[in-house]
Amino acid sequence: MPPSIPESATEAPRVVIARRRSRVRARPLPLKVAVGGVIVAVLIVVGTLSPWLAPHDPQQQTLESMLKAPEWFHGSHVLGTDNLGRDILSRIIYGARVSLLVAFAVVLISGFVGIALGAISGYFGGKVDFAIQKLVEVVWAFPALLLAITILAFLGQGLFNLILALVAQRWIQYCRVVRGQTLSLRDRDFVAATRALGAGSPRIIRRHILPNLLQISLVIGTFSMASAIISEASLSFLGLGVPPGIPTWGTMLADSRSYISTAWWLALFPGLSIFLTVLGINLLGDGVRDLLDPRLKRAMKG
Amino acid sequence: MLLLITLLVFVLLHAAPGDPAAMLLGQENTAADLAEARRRWGLDQPILVQYLKFVRTAATGDLGKSFRFSAPVKEVIKERLPATVELAFFSIVIAILLAIPLGVWAGSRPNSWLDNLGTSFGLFGISMPNFWLGIMLILILAGTFHVLPSGGRSTYGVAGPAQTGFYFLDSLLQGNWKAFNDAFLHVLMPALALGANMVGILMRVTRSSVLEAASEEYVVTARAKGLDNRSVLWRHVFTNALIPIVTVVGLELGTLLSGSIIVETVFAWPGVGSLLITGVTSRDYPLVTGVVLMYTVAFVAINLVIDGLYAAIDPRIRY
Repeated sequence: MPPSIPESATEAPRVVIARRRSRVRARPLPLKVAVGGVIVAVLIVVGTLSPWLAPHDPQQQTLESMLKAPEWFHGSHVLGTDNLGRDILSRIIYGARVSLLVAFAVVLISGFVGIALGAISGYFGGKVDFAIQKLVEVVWAFPALLLAITILAFLGQGLFNLILALVAQRWIQYCRVVRGQTLSLRDRDFVAATRALGAGSPRIIRRHILPNLLQISLVIGTFSMASAIISEASLSFLGLGVPPGIPTWGTMLADSRSYISTAWWLALFPGLSIFLTVLGINLLGDGVRDLLDPRLKRAMKG
Repeated sequence: MLLLITLLVFVLLHAAPGDPAAMLLGQENTAADLAEARRRWGLDQPILVQYLKFVRTAATGDLGKSFRFSAPVKEVIKERLPATVELAFFSIVIAILLAIPLGVWAGSRPNSWLDNLGTSFGLFGISMPNFWLGIMLILILAGTFHVLPSGGRSTYGVAGPAQTGFYFLDSLLQGNWKAFNDAFLHVLMPALALGANMVGILMRVTRSSVLEAASEEYVVTARAKGLDNRSVLWRHVFTNALIPIVTVVGLELGTLLSGSIIVETVFAWPGVGSLLITGVTSRDYPLVTGVVLMYTVAFVAINLVIDGLYAAIDPRIRY
């Protein structure tokens, strides 16, 4: 990045601006990490403690208080109620739980599968590599959401199928990047040295290759979490996600469509939750990537 | 490759719970009716036979007959395809028109307020779920201000008879300006909702590749020759930054394709994406298989075209 042009120091008011700016410029990354981190932390707290935080039962239908506009601090339904009189805020709080659960499960499983296959593929090369890369190519030929829709269409909805459908494409990213890194790591001197000391392949992969892949996997994981949350919401919105009855942000948005001209709050708040969550995770991912290693930016593109 | 894809689709298809024949006939039917329906659709034969039959007919361009529309899948898709292509085209145009100038601007003035604004804008675009953006657009532009129609492709009765199926081409060919305008108003919101993610990603990539190209030595040389800022930026920096930009446009087309499935559903856009959802909810196996195959083939084809484009942009690349 070329150095920034210094501000003219002759004009008094501009100096102040310049100084304030340069302070941000000197440490722009922690700001990103802080904002993103706070959003993610709030999400985790809300998700895990939802039964204690939610003011109402998210399923409780009170037909006399149908489609109530947000009451903010003047009543018990802070963000209003939906078409069945269910409290929006409570449903959003419980929805955070589903998003979080699905996202973590997807990231962990696809990370495990992708890193394992990528490391094996890159380390051993040859036939194993060929077979794994063929698999990668075939799955890669599907646009991500399309593959998930296809899987859910044929397997039916359900939490397990949803996670499976989201993992189906996401392990590829890890696999490709990890394979590339492993290819370059395996010929490095420290690997040769370890082998000369008598270490077997499993030990080399576990003790010497994998630790070097940790950083980049962490970065991929953050971004893939953001995309998992959007995909989960998209699939729930299409009615293909978790079974009806469990409040999720996506299904809340789907329900809101029939009341779009009369009840704006049904559509605004769940969507805003998705947007803020994803924004927070992306900020955190950006920040963590820049902090760990700015060069990763390049590796990610490959 | 394509064979492997068909196999994957077919395996998934038959892992599905629920009997399509029972589903289509509804509640009131006899066992004889069911058997008859299964026989007619070939559902009573062994799975391997069904698959081989499917591959053989698909290879000749025949995708079978849709259960729900009782018409050949090929015809059903053909009828819907122009709508999706039109939508995708406008999304890309919007994304390119917004993202590239923004990205070049931001990249050529790193850390200025414009850069910060552009970068935040890009991050917002990436984090925005496109179906929610669609709903919000409907809520604001159609619901509150009534400036744009909330869904569909045209107002009933405005468009002339279909010739190509592309409403813009049709109305131009017929000199029907009212229909042209109408089609434009209809496509605007869905295209914006669909293109938002691409704007974000494209803007970020443009910014970083402009930044990268600007630090190359030939840029220093160009400046040393006394070229003004603008021609350095567009002739030397931008042309060299184009390769990653084109790559990302190509990669994002796949995301755009899958995005169209959900955006079309939000806007009741009669394209292939909403067709897929219809097929999924009514368990119309041949239809779903056909649409998925079509999307996949399109995705692979797009990637090939993009590879070809590299050579056109960068004379150093030869195949």
